[in-house]
Amino acid sequence: MNLLASILGDRMSWDYFWHGWVQFGGQAATIGGALAVVAGLTYFKKWGYIWREWLTSLDAKKIGVMYTVVAVVMLLRGFGDAVMMRLQQMLASGDSKGFLDAEHFQQVFTAHGTIMIFFVAMGLMFGLINLVLPLMLGARDVAFPLLNSISFYLYLAGFVLVNLSLVYGEFGAVGWLAYPPLSELQFSPGPGVDYWLWSIQIAGIGSTLSAINFIVTILRMRCKGMTLMRMPVFAWSIFATMILTLAAFPMLTGSLFMLSLDRMMGMHYFTSELGGNAMMYINLIWAWGHPEVYILVLPAFGIYSEVVATFARKKLFGYTSMVWALMAIALFSYLVWAHHFFTMGAGGNVNAFFGIMTMIIAIPTGVKVFNWLFTLYKGRIRFDAPMWWFVAFVTTFLIGGATGVMLAVPAIDFQVHNSLFLVAHFHNTIIGGVVFGYFAGLTYWFPKIFGFKLHERLGKLAASLWIAGFFMAFIPIYILGFLGATRRLEKFDPSYGWQPLFIASAIGTAVIGLAVATQLVQLGYSIWKRKQLQDKTGDPWNGRTLEWSVPSPAPEYNFARLPVVHSRDAWWHAKQGQANIYEGAYRDFELPKNTGTGVAIGIAATIFGFAAIWHLWWLCVVAVTMVVWVLVRRMMNEDTEVLVTAAQARKLDATRKAAA
Amino acid sequence: MSQSATAVVAHSKETFGFWLYLMTDCLVFATLFATFAVLRSATAGGVTGADIFSLPFVLTETMVLLASSFAVGMAVVAANANKRRPMLRWLAATGLLGAVFLGMELWEFTVLYQEGHIWTKSAFLSSYFGLVGTHGLHILTGLIWLAALMGHALKHDLSNRAKQRILYFSLFWHFLDVIWICIFTVVYLMGVV
Repeated sequence: MNLLASILGDRMSWDYFWHGWVQFGGQAATIGGALAVVAGLTYFKKWGYIWREWLTSLDAKKIGVMYTVVAVVMLLRGFGDAVMMRLQQMLASGDSKGFLDAEHFQQVFTAHGTIMIFFVAMGLMFGLINLVLPLMLGARDVAFPLLNSISFYLYLAGFVLVNLSLVYGEFGAVGWLAYPPLSELQFSPGPGVDYWLWSIQIAGIGSTLSAINFIVTILRMRCKGMTLMRMPVFAWSIFATMILTLAAFPMLTGSLFMLSLDRMMGMHYFTSELGGNAMMYINLIWAWGHPEVYILVLPAFGIYSEVVATFARKKLFGYTSMVWALMAIALFSYLVWAHHFFTMGAGGNVNAFFGIMTMIIAIPTGVKVFNWLFTLYKGRIRFDAPMWWFVAFVTTFLIGGATGVMLAVPAIDFQVHNSLFLVAHFHNTIIGGVVFGYFAGLTYWFPKIFGFKLHERLGKLAASLWIAGFFMAFIPIYILGFLGATRRLEKFDPSYGWQPLFIASAIGTAVIGLAVATQLVQLGYSIWKRKQLQDKTGDPWNGRTLEWSVPSPAPEYNFARLPVVHSRDAWWHAKQGQANIYEGAYRDFELPKNTGTGVAIGIAATIFGFAAIWHLWWLCVVAVTMVVWVLVRRMMNEDTEVLVTAAQARKLDATRKAAA
Repeated sequence: MSQSATAVVAHSKETFGFWLYLMTDCLVFATLFATFAVLRSATAGGVTGADIFSLPFVLTETMVLLASSFAVGMAVVAANANKRRPMLRWLAATGLLGAVFLGMELWEFTVLYQEGHIWTKSAFLSSYFGLVGTHGLHILTGLIWLAALMGHALKHDLSNRAKQRILYFSLFWHFLDVIWICIFTVVYLMGVV
């Protein structure tokens, strides 16, 4: 028995399995979902297929699809959290306490924020980058295919840990950034904060590695003739984003590392005793956190730039100013972090600086909006589904930006700090900017990856429902914030008379639920009708950039012959007969072989995280040893690539063209 | 593109990527340094740096690490000249000096621990052990990496691939040296002065 106790450590206990019936719902859904996947793969005998074709693949497009699938699963879970919160605040009035107690409500909003930022928005972003960036640059792959796979599996390890917290243990009840001293051991003794810490620590390291990968891809892998100023704006937006990721995520790693030292070793970095300084953590986490919101939104800006130019059938207005605006936003995003805590007491001068910087950042953003609108001006606009998302974005994001400028005024911020007004503001920018952007991108590039389009009318219906639901859900939240409703409370005094607004907001959430359901139906229906929706040309939208010059679905090697470009929008000009982008002889090239290295590292990272959360130090050592062993084995392996000869490349190309 | 030209391009990509990685690690250290700078006077009435640091000891430590950095530089020179045996000897010297450095650091920590100056006593001590310990963990990682490289080089001839790996390791090792110089200055020198 003593042996067992020393193996299981001092933290694990049966009590963490049972919390109550509401939590049991989460446990059942998680376990049920996992079992359904396992059962499905076994029943259809797909384990070999999924291992060979997906899990061990180093093809960036397949890794991109896996990112997207995981992110969509997390979107559904995060949305479930949102529904619980809206229901709770609608129901809890007067004698009714709703169905969530305070502690559980806090876990729900912590999980919601963490999931939506780290596992939905980041996942969709890395998914889309993997899907289209190499194709756009005229490259066969990313710079480091194995590193790409490892990044994905670190993200997946974070995903597993976040969901494991539903089954065994608890999640942090501290808000998505886990401010100390609340997140310190003294006030949060359970494993919840550790689940939060280790899931995003591991996923965050994956993000840093991805940033290295994509920066090198952009600077070293562009096809012949593609100078930096000929890159599509999406590629520029990824370049800006990855510079931000590279420079911001290490700060997150460092901050989380120090918080975990406080919690695991009893240190006093951020405690409220023995000299610890909680505001240091809050400064550090926002020095990462503010660039992070631009990390999320800049790729969406890049997507809109591609979508608008394609559907206006005009070249993008103000390309150079777009590039400069992206880079300016990237720079300024490092100079505004203190606007998240104007109330800290840093004094009028500090607040004035950060307030003015925050307002200045609206200028390059405005430049971009005007550039999109001028691109539409006198264009022959086609309103396909991606454009619906763009229109939804422009109208919504504009309001979100305006409320952001309001919050940038310290005097106003003091009034609405920590209120639901803030909650409405950032949902306005993140849903209106980021979520709509990724939906536009997924709709736009879906045929390139899968070879058939998503159903148009269902897509337009989903966009309409989303925008209607969004405003119904969040206008009441804005009003509540103005009235003084504090964020993160599960219950308000009925004498304020706020319940009707909460009910209105819950109805809006139901409409968003309908929108999400429509999207799932759209996906299912499109798969069912894939023959009718098939993209035979490889260029279903009459696109401008290189990815539309190859057949759909794009082949594993992307390009049988690497393109040579002479201008921006090279494919558009090639279609006009102005230049030929594929000429010359076929050449030999190499493709990376499949490998289980990424999977093994992901498993080891999951074990490490689990062990650190439950204080199983021996298991941490086992996991680290596993990583070392896997890496050394990989180092000894010299046979990692397959050669495709010029003759094979020519043959593959001919077969592809014949099939089209 | 010929086979060797492909190798050169791959090499240049990897070197660039490795530099980017070093920059990210540098930022992790920057976070720890910034926090140390904020917390160095937060001693909660306990010991200060001047009370517990022994400059001659740390200077010796520094010299050992610098010598180790020199040795890895010589190993790269030997590798580029295709001299496998001398390269292995220089790598062994690098590892030995690195291990001595790590041993000295652990010795310092042990003495502090025995005297009761541990990381739970004040924010200053937390940030000190956190920063210096993180550097130590990097040295440990480097030693494991070095052992793997040497194990590989003992069994195989020097391929271009192996030479590149030794170059990346040397970049990592020099980087840790630079970080240590900052630690020596900011933590020890400024702590005692």
